[in-house]
Amino acid sequence: MEKTEKTIITVVGKDTVGIIARVCTYLADNKINILDISQTIVQGYFNMMMIADMKGATKSFGDCVKELDRLGEEIGVNIKCQKEEIFQKMHRI
Amino acid sequence: MINIGEVIETNEMVEQENLDVRTITLGISLLDCIDADLKKLNEKIYNKITTVAKDLAKTAEEIEQEFAIPIVNKRISLTPVALIGGAACKSPEDFATIAHTMDAAAKEVGVNLIGGYSALVSKGMTKADELLIRSIPMALCGTERVCSSVNLASTKTGINMDAVRLMGEILLKVAERSKDRDSVDCMKLVVFCNAPDDNPFMAGAFHGVTEADAVINVGVSGPGVVKRALEKVRGENFEVLCETIKKTAFKVTRVGQLVAQEASRMLNIPFGIIDLSLAPTPAVGDSVADILKEIGLEYAGAPGTTAALALLNDQVKKGGVMASSYVGGLSGAFIPVSEDQGMIDSVLAGAITLEKLEAMTCVCSVGLDMIAIPGDTKASTISGIIADEMALGMVNQKTTAARLIPVIGKGVGETVEFGGLFGYAPIMPVNRFSCDDFIRRKGRIPAPIHSFKN
Repeated sequence: MEKTEKTIITVVGKDTVGIIARVCTYLADNKINILDISQTIVQGYFNMMMIADMKGATKSFGDCVKELDRLGEEIGVNIKCQKEEIFQKMHRI
Repeated sequence: MINIGEVIETNEMVEQENLDVRTITLGISLLDCIDADLKKLNEKIYNKITTVAKDLAKTAEEIEQEFAIPIVNKRISLTPVALIGGAACKSPEDFATIAHTMDAAAKEVGVNLIGGYSALVSKGMTKADELLIRSIPMALCGTERVCSSVNLASTKTGINMDAVRLMGEILLKVAERSKDRDSVDCMKLVVFCNAPDDNPFMAGAFHGVTEADAVINVGVSGPGVVKRALEKVRGENFEVLCETIKKTAFKVTRVGQLVAQEASRMLNIPFGIIDLSLAPTPAVGDSVADILKEIGLEYAGAPGTTAALALLNDQVKKGGVMASSYVGGLSGAFIPVSEDQGMIDSVLAGAITLEKLEAMTCVCSVGLDMIAIPGDTKASTISGIIADEMALGMVNQKTTAARLIPVIGKGVGETVEFGGLFGYAPIMPVNRFSCDDFIRRKGRIPAPIHSFKN
């Protein structure tokens, strides 16, 4: 499969004001382009998924993972950043 | 494009159902290290391992971070050392120096186990094979991370009963040497029939002589994921049950395939195989026995267990084969006693015996795995149990193995603690009737007939 730089960012936690804004600000500051956003509520928890393109990112993937994790702690939600391939592989033949 | 439901499903598998990649095992050929000088041989082995595997642990960590999937173990398998050390080693002590070299190299590159302290003796033993086997007690008890395996039988050659007899004695010696630690060093030793050349799982991993210079093999896991999927189809018919297992196995295996390809690319080492085994851990919800219960048994070991396990094993393969370009290794459900809380519960409830476990090994991979037995079990009895397991593999053209732990100083009803992923095990009773005269016979059991199969 062709290698993509698409990244899936998921945010899970209790819904509060400004979650999307904080995450989007971080991504914009680091030149990460958001391609798609969707959200849902599962068992009372706020679930948001962003598909982002990290091609032009100013930071390494590893740094983004760590910094988004830290940002999540600040807001009180769980933020995960994963390369898209794991989902493509698992859910598409 | 991927949707949010799919993302949530994948992440739940990891966070709540213990989905992980159980091991990335780097196979390294030592054939080019052979030297008649023992010191040079050890140097060459150390240098080769620490060169080829220097980035293994770091690469695995990077992959973990990229996909947020845990990679539990990083391991190394080597060409069977009996073949490599033959020219230089004139005594068991000489062989044991290679074990120390392996241990030091494993620590240097940060892998938790290193396999290949092995001999392949399914038909006969060379002098070197025998010296290596006799060195196993000192090799395992003097090192931390070295694993040993001996292939005693195969469908094409029959069973080497001289080696079976010897291994009964050797196992007791390993138990005796580590008796102050509940004989735990026995868990680093396994005997096989039809041992695969590309098995990534310890203690039985070695790098077969038919393999390339270095190769990446990956073992996936996911009993918890299968269990959770089956909870959703409770009471449904067998068709639905089988389809659910197959689909789940497909998803789990795809993760392994992705990780293997990434590791192969990053390390610039060819991808070998994915091992499609359901490998349990003592963690709650990560149990093969719990899947059997979910299929409809009160406990693993109840009547119907062998049929349920056969079904499970077959569906895992059917789903997994489609998900990976190359499948190999052991590929089947593991049924270790100590590493599986559901299996421990079965033993404690009196639902499962050694004989039922033996029957179960006819339809799934590995064999009698991580089973603690009383420390006063005779060597000939251990050899008898091993011979039975070898016969199952030989006749059924499959891999079988035995990893028994005779716990010196303990008896039935007591438990033994192995620690970490290895869990704990209640000591199981062994049939006390003698097979002395059978085991005392010299020579080998001939290969079985390959036709007239009924």
